Amino acid sequence: MSHLSQRPDNPAVGQAVPHESAALHVTGRALYTDDLVFRTRDVLHAHPVCAPHAHARVTRLDPAPALEVAGVVRVLTAADVPGVNDAGVKQDEPLFPDEVMFVGHAVCWVLGETLEAARLGAASVEVDYEPLPAVVSLTEAIEQGSYQGGQPVITRGDVEGGLSGAAHVFSGVTEMAGQEHFYLETHASLALVDEGGQVFVQSSTQHPSETQEIVAHVLGLHNHDVTVQCLRMGGGFGGKEMQPHGFAAVAALGAVLTGRPVRVRLSRTHDMTMTGKRHGFHAQWRVGFDADGRLQALEATLTSDGGWSLDLSEPVLARALCHVDNAYWIPHVRLHGRVARTHKTSQTAFRGFGGPQGMLVIEDILGRCAPLLGIDPIDLRRRNFYVDGQATPYGQPVRHPERVAAAWDQVLETGRIAERQAEVAAYNTAHEHSKRGLAVTPVKFGISFNFTAFNQAGALVHVYKDGSVLINHGGTEMGQGLHTKMLQVAATTLGIPLERVRLAPTRTDKVPNTSATAASSGADLNGGAVKDACEQIKDRLTEFAAGRELAWEELVREAYFSRVQLWAAGFYRTEGIHWDSTTMRGHPFKYFAYGVAAAEVEVDGFTGAYRTRRVDLVHDVGDSLSPLVDLGQIEGGFVQGVGWLTLEDLRWDESDGPGRGRLATQSASTYKLPSFSELPAELNVALLDRAHEDGVVYGSKAVGEPPLMLAFSVREALRQAAAAFGPVGTSVDLASPATPEAVFWAVERARSPGQDQLVEGLPGLVPDRPDPAAPALHPRSEQLAHDPVEA
Amino acid sequence: MSEPRIIVNGQSRALAGVPAHTNLLDFVRDLGLTGAKEGCAEGECGACAVLVARPAGDGSRWTPVNSCLVPAAALDGQEVVTAEGLYNPGGISGGISGADPGHLHPVQHEMAVRGGSQCGYCTPGFVCSMAAEYYRPERTADDEPDAEHGPNGFDLHAMGGNLCRCTGYRPIRDAAWALTTPPAHDPFALRQGEPAPAAASTRMEGFARPADLAEALELLRERPDATVVAGATDFGVEVNLRGRRAAYVVAVDRLPELRTLSPGSGAIEIGAALTLSEVETALAGSVPLLDEVWPQFASRLIRNGATIGGNIGTASPIGDLPPALLALEATVVLTSADGDREVPLVDYFTGYRETVRRPDELIRSVRIPQPLPGLTAFHKIAKRRYDDISSVAVGFGLDVVDGTVTRARIGLGGVAATPIRARATEAALEGQPWRRETIEAAAGVLAGEGTPIDDQRASAAYRSAMLGNALRKLWAQTAEREVAR
Repeated sequence: MSHLSQRPDNPAVGQAVPHESAALHVTGRALYTDDLVFRTRDVLHAHPVCAPHAHARVTRLDPAPALEVAGVVRVLTAADVPGVNDAGVKQDEPLFPDEVMFVGHAVCWVLGETLEAARLGAASVEVDYEPLPAVVSLTEAIEQGSYQGGQPVITRGDVEGGLSGAAHVFSGVTEMAGQEHFYLETHASLALVDEGGQVFVQSSTQHPSETQEIVAHVLGLHNHDVTVQCLRMGGGFGGKEMQPHGFAAVAALGAVLTGRPVRVRLSRTHDMTMTGKRHGFHAQWRVGFDADGRLQALEATLTSDGGWSLDLSEPVLARALCHVDNAYWIPHVRLHGRVARTHKTSQTAFRGFGGPQGMLVIEDILGRCAPLLGIDPIDLRRRNFYVDGQATPYGQPVRHPERVAAAWDQVLETGRIAERQAEVAAYNTAHEHSKRGLAVTPVKFGISFNFTAFNQAGALVHVYKDGSVLINHGGTEMGQGLHTKMLQVAATTLGIPLERVRLAPTRTDKVPNTSATAASSGADLNGGAVKDACEQIKDRLTEFAAGRELAWEELVREAYFSRVQLWAAGFYRTEGIHWDSTTMRGHPFKYFAYGVAAAEVEVDGFTGAYRTRRVDLVHDVGDSLSPLVDLGQIEGGFVQGVGWLTLEDLRWDESDGPGRGRLATQSASTYKLPSFSELPAELNVALLDRAHEDGVVYGSKAVGEPPLMLAFSVREALRQAAAAFGPVGTSVDLASPATPEAVFWAVERARSPGQDQLVEGLPGLVPDRPDPAAPALHPRSEQLAHDPVEA
Repeated sequence: MSEPRIIVNGQSRALAGVPAHTNLLDFVRDLGLTGAKEGCAEGECGACAVLVARPAGDGSRWTPVNSCLVPAAALDGQEVVTAEGLYNPGGISGGISGADPGHLHPVQHEMAVRGGSQCGYCTPGFVCSMAAEYYRPERTADDEPDAEHGPNGFDLHAMGGNLCRCTGYRPIRDAAWALTTPPAHDPFALRQGEPAPAAASTRMEGFARPADLAEALELLRERPDATVVAGATDFGVEVNLRGRRAAYVVAVDRLPELRTLSPGSGAIEIGAALTLSEVETALAGSVPLLDEVWPQFASRLIRNGATIGGNIGTASPIGDLPPALLALEATVVLTSADGDREVPLVDYFTGYRETVRRPDELIRSVRIPQPLPGLTAFHKIAKRRYDDISSVAVGFGLDVVDGTVTRARIGLGGVAATPIRARATEAALEGQPWRRETIEAAAGVLAGEGTPIDDQRASAAYRSAMLGNALRKLWAQTAEREVAR
């Protein structure tokens, strides 16, 4: 057992404590960025002027009429930018654009004494546009060859040989929609300039250091002139990793130009129309199985819908390609990826970061092929699991594959799956208009940023003379319980009660050069740094005590008077990982997180409406740092995944009408998240036993993203229930999201078999090959643009 | 007339100078009570939920509403409690320092210790919805809890209008189901024994709350530009999302003449300004078709504000009540200074969001003729089971006598510019034997009713298919019931 993972006796880690801010949350006293506006004097409110075209050139922009509106103070335009007019890190996201790239693109911002004044001012700004042709749907982009960025390929073995030697070959297309983050707190920033021109930005951001860097480059300042603080976020889910920077920069620019605090807070409509989402994907594939249903070869081309700029699309694509295998051994593989450029919001990080999209491809393949192979989907999945000694298509050995099998067996056992399969079959025989489905699916998810440099973290720990402890680290709190875990880590390392430790909000002037709180890595990285800082102090105190048994307060006081340093900066970097993005090979992940889910659903054949009757989850969190927090991440991630796969239905206007490119589902009334009605009637969750993870802080594992993919069980159960309306052996093509309407059409197809778009035999539908002219994913270019390959 | 004020967490707060379009949410946040949040600004997420003391019998009820939708001016004279106020009843001691879990309200305590909050942004709204159900006097231990009702009688539908993006809801459900009965000395429980504040007679810039119907009708005659507002659940969305600024708002939701419900002999007459929650309670299951509608009609938060008159008055083609009321052959009573007139609901809608109501008229009531049809059903098709907007909705009101359909009334929503009656289908059913062949033929006719469109909610093909299948499903359910007998 490593030093890092070893726990002392009676540790604070492992205790099921409530979220550190729970009492503030429930009493309404927890403060979020926009709550500060009501505690700040003389705030100006910003409102965007949003373009009505999917693609257009701005030929004239006249802010003068806005300045006539009572209460309007200033209009911010490109001419006001003293530094770099870019909201991103790749010089492809102008903050004030002269070419509009999507409906809702902000061409300028109006500052007013009230939000009402700013809104009316924005409506008065005169803008002329020259509309240009727009690419809206992913299918259009593929047809027109509209791509951006690199086109990576992962290969292993001999795919052609594998396919030609396979007993069964199938090919088809799998499409899946994106997902709106719908964090309950929309993007918000509040900027002010203090004495000496220091810019202080409070922002709802998962990546304060990058927000700081972009504010600085927009203002033409150095990083040390800008401080970014994030008190907490009302949800992030990846949507506040890259997207907050531009809004923070607008607020900061306004504050610098007016000398007054400036608030940017997006309305829900603006947030949905202006900010990026989970990437929708299109996948073409050919797959070969042997006579026993063992995967022999897979060739696939994944095309993501990147929207108007690259943002995080390349690393998202890389993670998607790295997860097409999910938990399955496939000897011969060729995976090709590309990012479509469309005139839509710039799609971005979202919990799972491409992993879910990659995994959906193989789960869709197995779900559709199982009936044609005549193998129960549960058996088909089980017999393809990785075993010890095998490696992923990108060359990383799969450590602890037995954990998937253990979790699988546990779900089968505690979920009484065999028994319930018989019950489902009996129910389906007895009911003409209603059918049930029961499916079990695995998750294997790689943990770390692929981009090695991002796997570092810092912390600052202060022990005050009275023995109280204040910790600060580079991670942000968005509800995931990171701060709760960090308090537990600090109390454990220092060997003091949890109540003695307090945590201060995340600020770039406390811990510099931080990585995004993303990739599920927050606790792994920052926990390592907090532990390091606490150990430095602990070691000094131990040395000072020299064997004396002193109470903590006494020890601290005596140490202070003996001039022992009672604070420390901690640092952590993940060891043993590497990644080469030109060859798409390496050992990018510190470890894999595993999980298994079983779901039973009931589908109404008249409408396609359904209910989830029961769900059983077993998930691997290592030795849990904080069981209540981890349970919350598992359940919450699962339900969010169910939302993506079944309910949440992003629709853009793809017509040639005047609304072309408009997001048709831009509000909570048209875009539906899971509500209480989607909570499974029975939900059982267990943490995998004997799951100590060596080499990670106190033996724990990351938990933020992996549980989202447990939701595949619900989608596969819906597929099976729909198929049950047809004859035995029916393969059903189910759209994603599987809304009631999508399920209804799947039921209709099942009733008239042969409707699946899947093709049997060779050559089949041959996936597109990489464009040789596409730019390479070169590590040096990534370094220059400090572009994370993984986040 | 006294200065307009709202009592917020026990403190009287002046409304003077607050613009008429300012909603209650912005008003309380401006007071520094930032617990209530704007999540969607259209009454879908419940992050803005606060409690209002509303009349109930001789006492009052803490009623959660979406504060983002209600004009602050509409709360003149009323009592409002936010999540902060639950922690510090009465607001007597002023500021609260520190997070002392020992002094949390029982609802707050259960939410905190069971992991009911993660990011915490939706939490104050959940706390308010949950507190209202905690204080519901009719809530008693339930010997037969189900997926939606806890052993403590807690109805999860109470939180159907609150969205959480983090937890997946299970811990919130467990928090709700762990609640006991409020202690006798609980100030909020005691408050429910006292009457709610009377409706104020409010005059503010751009906003008026007349004291009675006569005054309201007079105002409408004087101000043809006035917008009639009751629960503001539709109007508030227009204000927040589409920047609508009414020249003059006349609030009618507390007019006593519009708040009566009489069972009647020939017809049940429902006052237009009763909220849907109040109608549900008052009808007490006497109209089975409407009992099918209530749980599918938006959310409890919306039903606590939305009125039956408002749902008809907005004339949305996808309103949930009109298809049911059309199947019940309801009529609308319009009133003006010239007197009353009664219009069949089917004739009330004249076009997309257009009706026969003149600007000087108010909807006084809705009449449902008796006897009610013997076989009724409400089929709503939407993406989400609850709290969603219909793709299509079908209300059935049939009489089947000795195996023959003697009368058929079918109301449809979502298939035309207005709610419509499925006349051809009705004709295809009436006089026919109630059997599978009739159903199949009529289902084919029903699938061709109206002119459904493709939009983000559903395709036209699905909408048409759902019309026909609604009848097939009704048949299957009826047949199953027959078999069960």
